Amino acid sequence: MRNIFLFLRRFSVFFAFLILQIISLWFLVSYNRFHRAKFLGIATEITGRINTQYNKVEDYFSLKQENLRLHRLNDSLLNLLPGNFVRPDTGVRLVKDSLPYDTLGHYRHYYFREATVVYNTVSSQKNYIQVNRGSKQGIKDNMAVISSDGYPVGIIVNVSNNFSEAMSLLHVQNTVNASLKRSGDFGTLQWDGKDPRFLILKNIPKSASVKEGDTILTSAYSYNFPPGYMIGTVAGISIDNVTGFFSLKVKTAANFFDLQKVHIIENLQYDEQVNLSDETKQKMDQLKLNRK
Amino acid sequence: MSDLLKNIIRFALLILIQVYVLNQIPQLHRFITPYLYYLFILWLPFSIPRVGLLLLGFATGIVLDYFTMTPGLHAAPCVLIAYARPFIIQILMPKDIGEFNYREPSPKAMGWTQYGIYVLILTLLHHGYLVFLEWMSFGSFLDFIIKVIATTAISLLLIFTVELLFPRKLKYRTNVQ
Repeated sequence: MRNIFLFLRRFSVFFAFLILQIISLWFLVSYNRFHRAKFLGIATEITGRINTQYNKVEDYFSLKQENLRLHRLNDSLLNLLPGNFVRPDTGVRLVKDSLPYDTLGHYRHYYFREATVVYNTVSSQKNYIQVNRGSKQGIKDNMAVISSDGYPVGIIVNVSNNFSEAMSLLHVQNTVNASLKRSGDFGTLQWDGKDPRFLILKNIPKSASVKEGDTILTSAYSYNFPPGYMIGTVAGISIDNVTGFFSLKVKTAANFFDLQKVHIIENLQYDEQVNLSDETKQKMDQLKLNRK
Repeated sequence: MSDLLKNIIRFALLILIQVYVLNQIPQLHRFITPYLYYLFILWLPFSIPRVGLLLLGFATGIVLDYFTMTPGLHAAPCVLIAYARPFIIQILMPKDIGEFNYREPSPKAMGWTQYGIYVLILTLLHHGYLVFLEWMSFGSFLDFIIKVIATTAISLLLIFTVELLFPRKLKYRTNVQ
């Protein structure tokens, strides 16, 4: 017994080293479980406050571009005002307001909230965007984030009281459903961790006709993003010999280097859609088991 | 200024510079990410007990991790270099702690060659382990090698620039502490 204690004492530093290594590696490996834990929420709250202070200064540097973008977006919104259109037919009236339902059966599918980016990187292989809206402002996991000029930039993955973290499109684990505007073929959008200006669109069938410069949109099959938002343009075409599908290099429309204002989009039917898809899978598995 | 206060200020400054300057500057190339924050561990005084050194290393890494949302990624390499530091000092300067004339590692205390080797070995260890952990989840082997070499080179450049721009006024150690 005494020898064991002597041994432990002699190598105490080495053991301390091993224990700390194991703790760090455990944090790293179990990140997905860990990042929901309470104390990371508190850490996000603190780093968020520091980031907000820093952001107050940093914002001045890209004020000009941001104003230009806002101006353009306002311009396009002004064009959509109902007063711009003359309706000869009085039988149909298009009503869109903030209520979820109206008397004609239109219902709201997506809800937009504005937010300010307080921290953002492009240099890592796993980039996150921190924004100053949290669960108190109604932000939840899996909401979509678009930049102020209307281009998709990420998906919310972690929420604290007043801040939330979005997984940037520039994250090697991110997958987004996207489609070609011209032919409507859809595929999976990923990032290869190399150049922050380009994303990779996989699983486009060879039958699709693709040209450089084609527009890539968010697909109608995505649970997070509303359909029809421009992600980027095709900058390079290659064929993946293993799968026989196109692998397209996509130049992102969003500028990840100077993100400042973003909109967070809530899909009001998200839970229903995901539950339905999960239940369907379970049901089919059950059927298979019964057949056996 | 006491050693404690000086090190606290140094810690805050290096972390803030890493988070708000070095992680934010537009990328030179995809292989190059400049790292400087671990200079805090390299500059800690000689007299810190080894367990304390490990805990400080862990704290440095985990604080940076909370800013970058990657818990454990920087903490593991920091603990590694905090563990390796006393051995390397022992090999480069085989002296008792009591015999050191200066309080912390610096070109003046160790000589430029020895200080250079000390920084080079710890930087290689740190980046090798860090890029290895990143590579485990993603990437190819050639990327791994090139990235270690490129980040090491840019970090060494940064450290020696800091060393030349801000020469530390080190007090000669006397019997009266």
